[in-house]
Amino acid sequence: MSRKILLEHADVPGIDTFPIYRQHGGYDSVEKAVKMDPMAIVEEVKTSGLRGRGGAGFSTGIKWSFLDRKSNNPRYLVCNADEGEPGTFKDRYFMEKLPHLLVEGLIVSSFALGTHTAYVYVRGEFFWIIEALEVAIAEAKAAGFLGKNILGSGFDLEIYVHPGAGAYICGEESALLESLEGKKGYPRIKPPFPAISGLFGCPTVINNVETIAAVPWIIVNGGPAYAAIGIGRSTGTKLISASGNIKKPGVYEIDMGITVEEFVMSDEFCGGLLEGRTLKAIIAGGSSVPILPAHLAFKTAAGEPRLMTYESLFDGGFASGTMMGSGGFIVLDNTACIVRNTWNFSRFYHHESCGQCSPCREGTGWLEKVLHRLEHGEGKMHDIDLLVSISKKIEGHTICALGDAAAWPVVSAVLHFREEFESHVKNRGCL
Amino acid sequence: MPKFSDASLAKVKEIIARYPEGRHKSALLPVLHMAQAEFGGWLSTETMDYVASVIGIQPIEVYEVASFYTMFELQPTGQYVLQVCHTGPCCLVGADKIIAHLESKLGIKVGDTTSDGLFTLKTVECLASCGTAPVMQLGRRYVENLTEAKLDEMIESIRGNKS
Amino acid sequence: MKLIIDGIEIEVEPGTTLLEASRRIDPKTAPPAMCYYTGLKDSGGKCRTCLVKIAQSSPNNPRPAVRLVPACRTLAEDGMIVQNNTSQEVLDARKDVVELLLINHPLDCPICDQAGECDLQDLAFKHGVSTTNYEEERRRYPVQDIGPLIKLHMNRCILCFRCVYVADQLTDGRCHGVLNRGDASEISTYIEKAVDNDFSGNMIDVCPVGALTDKTYRFKNRVWFSRPVLAHRECDKCCGQTVVWLKGNEVIRVTARKNEVAEVISFICNTCRFEKKSLADWEVEGPAHVSRESVISQNHYERNTIIPSLGSSDV
Ligand SMILES: Cc1cc2nc3c(=O)[nH]c(=O)nc-3n(C[C@H](O)[C@H](O)[C@H](O)COP(=O)(O)O)c2cc1C
Ligand code: SF4
Ligand code: SF4
Ligand code: SF4
Ligand code: FES
Repeated sequence: MSRKILLEHADVPGIDTFPIYRQHGGYDSVEKAVKMDPMAIVEEVKTSGLRGRGGAGFSTGIKWSFLDRKSNNPRYLVCNADEGEPGTFKDRYFMEKLPHLLVEGLIVSSFALGTHTAYVYVRGEFFWIIEALEVAIAEAKAAGFLGKNILGSGFDLEIYVHPGAGAYICGEESALLESLEGKKGYPRIKPPFPAISGLFGCPTVINNVETIAAVPWIIVNGGPAYAAIGIGRSTGTKLISASGNIKKPGVYEIDMGITVEEFVMSDEFCGGLLEGRTLKAIIAGGSSVPILPAHLAFKTAAGEPRLMTYESLFDGGFASGTMMGSGGFIVLDNTACIVRNTWNFSRFYHHESCGQCSPCREGTGWLEKVLHRLEHGEGKMHDIDLLVSISKKIEGHTICALGDAAAWPVVSAVLHFREEFESHVKNRGCL
Repeated sequence: MPKFSDASLAKVKEIIARYPEGRHKSALLPVLHMAQAEFGGWLSTETMDYVASVIGIQPIEVYEVASFYTMFELQPTGQYVLQVCHTGPCCLVGADKIIAHLESKLGIKVGDTTSDGLFTLKTVECLASCGTAPVMQLGRRYVENLTEAKLDEMIESIRGNKS
Repeated sequence: MKLIIDGIEIEVEPGTTLLEASRRIDPKTAPPAMCYYTGLKDSGGKCRTCLVKIAQSSPNNPRPAVRLVPACRTLAEDGMIVQNNTSQEVLDARKDVVELLLINHPLDCPICDQAGECDLQDLAFKHGVSTTNYEEERRRYPVQDIGPLIKLHMNRCILCFRCVYVADQLTDGRCHGVLNRGDASEISTYIEKAVDNDFSGNMIDVCPVGALTDKTYRFKNRVWFSRPVLAHRECDKCCGQTVVWLKGNEVIRVTARKNEVAEVISFICNTCRFEKKSLADWEVEGPAHVSRESVISQNHYERNTIIPSLGSSDV
């Protein structure tokens, strides 16, 4: 049995209501936290080794310690619930099941950061989640866990839900802030970083849903207990969204450090491949990370078992590794076409580019057109190298990481599956 | 000229109050969602100008935002907008076939509206439902684990209710 | 504080960008800037032509990194070591960016109103980008009138956002902007609306390409056949100091004065620009010096036409 920290009570009937949630220990961390020194909470989170679950994997405790507390401006906590990375659906699942755990995490985190207003930016398509969160916030407020003078501590906090409106780029934290200010989702040029100048020009911390949801457990059980789970710098548990050609797609909470093979093949998780199929590739962290061919999926280039950790997934760098990313785990079997999938993703990035900076605005469209040609039997051999060359023109030259995210899947697909691209040229499309 | 009901105007006021003084522009996305729902499922120029005046910003600021975000419709749509996800993970498990089926069932291409004005067919990017793919958004909810039979039944029942 | 750019040490005040510092060393070798504009707040960072390499961060920087950054929006730090023209990586990146800026750009310099005074044309010429592997169809937009005074050729727009900042910062109430997103982004008023405001004409001067043009510009000839003179008049709206472009004694257009990096020195009003079309309106000071080392002076614009390597009829 895998350990459950976030999803322990996910299947309790009525857990989305305040009374039942409270009966199962919900909001205990708030009672504990408001008696603590806020900086001690930050330390506890540092000790836990918790890393941002939105994709970049940056240490949450360190991010919190960057927050400018000397500024005379108000400070803000913003929760990134814009979940849009293809292959990722864990935040949605989590918020549907446990809206109160997110609210609890927001209260404790706000207390630690000294923020009196928190915004949850939820992707606009999730109408029902926006409603559920608003209900949970109202319930928590009615019970004295939110609003003025929480539990008599003198600490005030309001949480507001803000809807997005259909733009993947608003998951990028600075685009999210622009969107929250009522503008187009144009990523900002950094520095300044949000910790100094974020929402409304004020010091701001932005964290993913899953990151914030891990905080209550850390406060109740202590940072060291969390750090004891996992391997090395990959501590705690992680929600993985599993999709594609597997028997049991869904959201799984894993201990960091189980093997990729166990995750894909065991009945506890993905349940293995469909009958008669063979593994072709995995995309371990959402569409933005490099694709790994079957022979590098379960083992690293050095022949070691590959683990579900930030480090092991990255082992070999982009030559033979990938990234944990958002934990969007997509499995491709022998029936899947790499060229088609790569074209599909490049269409996605082309569609989602905000258009602000020239390499991404122009380059993503070019990539899509060349891949479209290859997939539809009109490609030429030199188009394959052209893909790599266009990617290099984008990568590292853009305002935000969407440019890189558009380039990596293409470069890695050509690197590992060149013969499939060549056969598309020779056979004028898929066989 | 569109005009919000009193209840909606009160809601707009409540939304503006969520943001600091002078930051009323923050209310734009939530208020545009309200406007689209209240004024016929799309944002006409008149609706956008009205939203600009309600919030107190320039009309061009509203046009820019409304044309940036895909959930805002700038043209009238059918009564039911079927927004089928066509991103990678959905396509691995048959979204392409579902879209082709809908095109033939409804007799329209992606992007079009049926002549009776009932259905608009659209494709959208990843809806964060890859584990229950294929999926589409229909109004304020998702319909997951789509099959051709499920869609046929749904379409027939909508058509039935109308005739 | 001191920093080193291409081996040259320079002392600057805190708050100086790498672009400003480079321009102070020598405007001719400074990174090209297609979107940044000194007088326009928040401009820059978008076109990516000014990328330079931070070879070494300041020892005081808590997040040190060796990487490419936009010179226009990166502040100088004490002890920083920056590479501009001495880094092959920078030159390659710049060439890549220029190519990407051109793939959807029309190839019509010979018939373009801006030819001879176009930053993009100069940039392509300087960076030797004359071919591209781009074989796809180019984006096309119809030419639009945005009011009685300004014409928009969206095909030529490189989305530098300068005109948007002008409208935001110089006029009372912006009514044009960037609509849509990604490569569908376009400058527009959305509804057909006249951009009309005392200072709106400055959008034409800040536009680095021939996307915004003066409808009152009587150009029967190309720019290098006209004679620019410095001139001024009493004006109650602006400084009244302009460049008047003459053909014989006929005023064919009026523009603001620009400095050696082709930025407007002082914005002018629409009355001066669009209405004062008689030499009698102006007090002429003398010939205007065309300082940019551009095709205006070199008169070889034809060589500077961007040609796709794999034939295209798109001219
Ligand atoms: C193009 C792009 C899209 C992103 N989308 C998301 C997203 O949907 N959800 C998310 O939490 N983070 C997303 N991120 C990462 C955020 O920018 C940011 O790193 C994260 O919200 C920080 O929270 P964390 O430290 O808790 O992970 C995205 C980043 C990029 C560049
Ligand atoms: S990289 Fe793409 S998405 Fe990011 S700012 Fe530039 S154009 Fe926008
Ligand atoms: S490069 Fe300049 S001169 Fe040439 S067509 Fe474009 S805008 Fe006109
Ligand atoms: S019209 Fe000119 S100034 Fe405006 S964004 Fe385009 S290129 Fe820049
Ligand atoms: S001038 Fe610096 S990015 Fe455009």
